[in-house]
Amino acid sequence: MTIDLKTVKHISKLSRISIDDNKAKKLGKDLNSIFSFIEKLNELDTKNTEPLTSIAETTLKLRKDEIKSENIREDILKNSPDKNKDFFVVPKVIE
Amino acid sequence: MSNIIDLKLVELVDKIKKKELSSTEVTIAFIERSKKSKKLNAYISENYENAIKKAKIFDQKPDFKKKLPGIPIAVKDLFCTKNIRTTAGSKILENFVPTYESTVTQNILDEGGIIIGKLNCDEFAMGSSNETSYFGNVQNPVSENLVPGGSSGGSSSALAAKLTPATIGTDTGGSIRQPASFTGTVGLKPTYGSCSRYGIVAFASSLDQAGPMTHDVKDCSLMLEIISNYDTKDSTSVEFKRENYLNNLNDNIKGKKIGIPKEYRVDGMPKEIDELWEKGIKIIRENGGQIVEISLPNTNYALPTYYIVAPAEASSNLSRYDGVKYGFRSKGENLIDMYEKTRSEGFGDEVKRRIMIGTYVLSSGYYDAYYLKAQKVRRLIKNDFDEAYKKVDAILTPSTPSSAFKIGEKLNDPVSMYLNDIFTVPINLAGLPAISIPAGHDKKGYPLGLQVIGKAFDEQSILNIAFALEKNISFKNNITDWWIK
Repeated sequence: MTIDLKTVKHISKLSRISIDDNKAKKLGKDLNSIFSFIEKLNELDTKNTEPLTSIAETTLKLRKDEIKSENIREDILKNSPDKNKDFFVVPKVIE
Repeated sequence: MSNIIDLKLVELVDKIKKKELSSTEVTIAFIERSKKSKKLNAYISENYENAIKKAKIFDQKPDFKKKLPGIPIAVKDLFCTKNIRTTAGSKILENFVPTYESTVTQNILDEGGIIIGKLNCDEFAMGSSNETSYFGNVQNPVSENLVPGGSSGGSSSALAAKLTPATIGTDTGGSIRQPASFTGTVGLKPTYGSCSRYGIVAFASSLDQAGPMTHDVKDCSLMLEIISNYDTKDSTSVEFKRENYLNNLNDNIKGKKIGIPKEYRVDGMPKEIDELWEKGIKIIRENGGQIVEISLPNTNYALPTYYIVAPAEASSNLSRYDGVKYGFRSKGENLIDMYEKTRSEGFGDEVKRRIMIGTYVLSSGYYDAYYLKAQKVRRLIKNDFDEAYKKVDAILTPSTPSSAFKIGEKLNDPVSMYLNDIFTVPINLAGLPAISIPAGHDKKGYPLGLQVIGKAFDEQSILNIAFALEKNISFKNNITDWWIK
């Protein structure tokens, strides 16, 4: 399998990471070498194997429904790159 | 009396408890040395003034019942520390100041520890040489222009150079054990679920574990005891009986069955590594342990599996960095443009590469062929260990297939960089505990490590075996302070 430039551009779109053509070419090369290494898994027959989704095979515990106020709004807003009063500001979404 | 910085963690604790040393003296000693060691680039953020204040407060009303009474400690910059900048080695978090404390660092604070700074690491812990950090390369104190390993490279460098008496790192595919091996120090990755992941900047959540990095096995036992706890804030934290690892430490390995997996004898492995392994085997035998040949047949599939599972989880975890609520933001013409530019400029090349691999293997049409396939192979790898542990108590292997390499040497070949983790990655996939201890030097005089892998939640056994090996090896790190003029 080879990953062509069009696919690299498509993945970059899905990843929300913009890349120019030069970078895309270099990345395509890297991805192809990594994927040819990954292809090795096809040697294995896993038809009857269950996927392992988590090592800690425990069921999630329920906790009491209590209000805990650890993260304070003002503190959280301090880390925001752009804010207006109590709101995060983003570029205009609706025309 | 020997210099403060030359004392081991357990010795420092003892001297403070006996009032032979004060917290302030100890804290200042490590800070002074850290200030003289800027050339190593081990720190991303310093917390010196605040730490000295805390030490003075401790000395005014010392509590000697604590396990780390006024002990200064620098930690990997992947742990969120309240009011201390936490960057994960990334531009995207360059100015991020957490509003909360990670459980692991909270445990250190609760036992009287004092945070003196945040240590450099590969960006989002993705790397094996600390060369992907936005804050620059870290020098290995063993020799100039040598990588300290990664991703916990600032931690291994600061520890080996005695800028901190002990430290903590995180290990997703070898990020504690490989840098420990490269710097002649001890590093332990606990069983998945032993240490809380709450407040650790997430990379691959089904693999990430925090763990101690120390000068010797005793110190490692003490640190593990402190940082491991059941935590309701981490949904995968496991409730099990945690031992008093230090009190129970014991070098009697008589009758212990130690497995030697034949698949770890990889082609092209330097002779020195093989000899080191033989040395470990001989020590086990001489101390009454029993060596058992075992097979872990799917070992060769561990790295390809890891390079699907870890990037897939990373692509999902790192989707939160969108420039809206915290972190770096780039200007964009519209919302999508802002996201794309923020992530393009905010992440480094290796992180972008892994996000894209992960996005691809999770994308429509490829999920079954890659991600599901990898999860199935992960089951086979875990089954290999389950089978082996019917016959043995622990497994002995080298920690890495080579010693530390030069800065820049492997940067242009991602696959060759990934091969560094060939002996450590399978353990994360199986969720097992493993410790790396320094065991010798290669021709160049660079340290080499041996790895002891245990059964799930049986950290005490691997600490005991490592303790026996350590006593018989009596490794000495030949560090010359070349970076201090």
